[in-house]
Amino acid sequence: MNEIINLSRRDFLKTGAFLGGGLILGFTIPFQGSPTHASTGSPPPFTPNAFIRIGTDDTVTIIVNKSEMGQGVYTSLPMLVAEELEVDWSRVRIEAAPVDPAYNHTQWGVQGTGGSTSVRTSWDQLLKAGATARVMLIAAGAATWGVEPATCRAEKGSVIHETTKRRLSYGELAERAARLAPPADVPLKPPQAYTLIGKPMKRLDTPEKINGKALFGLDVRVPGMLTAVVARPPVFGATVRSVNDVKAKAVPGVKGVARIDSGVAVVADHFWAAKGGRDALEVVWDEGPLATLDSKSQREEYAKLAGKQGVIAARRGDVEGALAAAAKRIEAIYEVPYLAHAPMEPLNCVAHVRADGCDIWTGTQMQTGDRDAAARLTGLPPDKVKLHTMLLGGGFGRRAVGDAHFVREAVQVSMAVKAPVKVVWTREDDIRGGYYRPVVYNLIRAGLGDDGMPVAWHHRIVGQSILIGTPFQGGMKDGLDPTQVEGAADSPYEVPNFLVDYHMAPAGVPVLWWRSVGHTFTAFVKEGFIDELAHLAGKDPYQYRRQLLAKHPRQRALLDLVAAKAGWGKRSAPDRFQGIAVHESFGSFVAQVAEVSVNPAGLVRVHRVVCAIDCGRIVNPDTIAAQMESGIVFGLTAALYGEITFREGRVEQSNFHDYEILRINEMPKVEVHIMPSQEPSGGVGEPGVPPIAPAVANAVYTATGKRIRRLPMRPGELRRA
Amino acid sequence: MATLKVNGKEFKVDVSPETPLLWVLRDTLGLTGTKYGCGMALCGACTVLVDGEAVRSCVTPASAVVGMEIVTIEGLSTNLSHPLQKAWIAEEVPQCGYCQSGQLMAAAALLRKNRKPTDADIDAAMSGILCRCGTYQRIRGAIHRAVATTTQGGAS
Repeated sequence: MNEIINLSRRDFLKTGAFLGGGLILGFTIPFQGSPTHASTGSPPPFTPNAFIRIGTDDTVTIIVNKSEMGQGVYTSLPMLVAEELEVDWSRVRIEAAPVDPAYNHTQWGVQGTGGSTSVRTSWDQLLKAGATARVMLIAAGAATWGVEPATCRAEKGSVIHETTKRRLSYGELAERAARLAPPADVPLKPPQAYTLIGKPMKRLDTPEKINGKALFGLDVRVPGMLTAVVARPPVFGATVRSVNDVKAKAVPGVKGVARIDSGVAVVADHFWAAKGGRDALEVVWDEGPLATLDSKSQREEYAKLAGKQGVIAARRGDVEGALAAAAKRIEAIYEVPYLAHAPMEPLNCVAHVRADGCDIWTGTQMQTGDRDAAARLTGLPPDKVKLHTMLLGGGFGRRAVGDAHFVREAVQVSMAVKAPVKVVWTREDDIRGGYYRPVVYNLIRAGLGDDGMPVAWHHRIVGQSILIGTPFQGGMKDGLDPTQVEGAADSPYEVPNFLVDYHMAPAGVPVLWWRSVGHTFTAFVKEGFIDELAHLAGKDPYQYRRQLLAKHPRQRALLDLVAAKAGWGKRSAPDRFQGIAVHESFGSFVAQVAEVSVNPAGLVRVHRVVCAIDCGRIVNPDTIAAQMESGIVFGLTAALYGEITFREGRVEQSNFHDYEILRINEMPKVEVHIMPSQEPSGGVGEPGVPPIAPAVANAVYTATGKRIRRLPMRPGELRRA
Repeated sequence: MATLKVNGKEFKVDVSPETPLLWVLRDTLGLTGTKYGCGMALCGACTVLVDGEAVRSCVTPASAVVGMEIVTIEGLSTNLSHPLQKAWIAEEVPQCGYCQSGQLMAAAALLRKNRKPTDADIDAAMSGILCRCGTYQRIRGAIHRAVATTTQGGAS
């Protein structure tokens, strides 16, 4: 196991503060190697590229440009570098990258983490980074000995001269290697020579996460720091009419009250005083047009929109003609609610704005946008704004916002009180803070031919756009938000007459990507409805899918694997029933079989989930298994409990008693099977989520004869009469 | 001014008596390993041991624990040597890691009272600690593993 630096928090923070504007708190993973790494001011001897730093003391630091939010990038990305670097894995330590174009996402052009893209878009970049450094270290060793580089090799952090067995460590070669020019082109290992990639390596961040040392955004403390809790509008879009802060200011520890764009901030010595002050604040709001927002009437509004044709997302053949001629027809409404991400760590941000610069410490998935927003607010040039990426206590998309709202807020409070400030969102603030997965109303129709196979498929989607009005709006095409039709418009099922159209519902409630984005509901609709068709045709749902996926061998193979592993068609107990689903998302394919029972009160219990994933070439199989387990729990929470509703403009839920999260006693036994593949890598953070809701709903149908078309599942509708 | 005994050391703290222990630990003593998740004893991220019992520090006034032995995640061991920590590493439990302090402290309280918990015992003791990343299967496995290793070694 990698050694943990026993660096006291106090020393650590002192260092960070004294360097004010330095990069220290961003680099707060005091993992392995030299205990002085947090305070080194001297330039590193060998930095062949932005991702690697090798010290004369043999420390190997890998700089990670993706945010660690549980998905394992602080292990999987260093594995890619280390594979080619030929370094002793037990000596690798990690730093979070600062904001710099060198760390931009290879496809997005800005720095950020999301879309289950980290491994698949970094693969070549990081292998080359490691290989370049290795070639330079070998050249330095060869030059030292006066031999040909071809006669030397690298192994576990040393360069070895083959014939004489002479050996120099990377640390010993660092200064010499630093004087060499990086080679333009470097040879990469053939996959069969990999020693790390494909192996279940232990996560590097585990030790810190089990001894209290890991620093999340909420754990940042800088000298002189105050804490703020903000009174935000009770209705989205409301504005402050008047504030009476007399009682708030009377709370011991409260230092001040500041009006900011998002509301009214109460600033205090510590959280408890700030929260007490916020609760004592009397704010009168102009509630604005959303003051009457009501989930029931919104549902009726969406239903009305579904009566008209929307923007076409995909079309083949003649759906209406085929429906008219079909042997059997079926039509259904599928609905999903707003969902909060509810990461265990509520949102927070520390900002320290000074005349000459600004430091920001937060867990974010969008570094460049957040940094730039802070620069605009402060009037500082972007290079004077240092954003330090902390560990994220869950992300799920919530910390990837286009408007940088939680960063801007902290910057404004710091500017108002002229001190470093930590803005803390309470759980209630977080649940009621918007940026939800949108409500989606789906009208879906199909027609079957004489053979029971579908001849027509029409899916109409009504929901808010995630992209419109954001910096990501460029992704829209002709009024179509691709994130709201993904997984539907590109359905792999072979249906000759096919139509998917989309209605953009009125904006207002802030909406955002929520782990697996559009696939959260398109998989539920597609996989639920195809199950309906199979039953209508009197066919086995597994075989029915299989037949419609003849041109999709990867999905077909997954269905076969998951059916075999789950013992499809064989019930393990008289009260247990199976459901199956398969879905492609983020470049990967996942199939799941859920084994479910439904008690007389209508409570759904998921006992077992067999999951198979084909995500192409893999880096860390244990991470993949963990992400499948995680996605299943995340999706199951949404299927069984998740729902944000509005009444009189206000969010009705507030905390975990009315926005429930799956608990350990409800955890199914999850088995994960990874399909061996040499296809290009796909994502793993999100693809485990989409299939679970339909797999469970399909099992519930076999158990009860009742088709779940609206999430979350409602026990009252499943109760045995 | 009150004196709190945390991880074997005494600290004099000047906080209003109703201040929850969680915020005294985090904001006054700088022991940020104990986490805030809900403020209503609904998620368990703030779980610490008070005289050996698992307690939700977010709803426990500091004044209520004066004179009692408080153990936080920082005091579970000094070197990752606690059987639960070893098992957590072996099973690769944490993902984002935010809830894991609470998970470990709740598990530690469980094992103090029950040296060989069944799955039902684990459910009862651990169902109050939420994990949004869904690490439950590994938590269960790690608790069983910790039990197995301590029983083999004859230690408690």
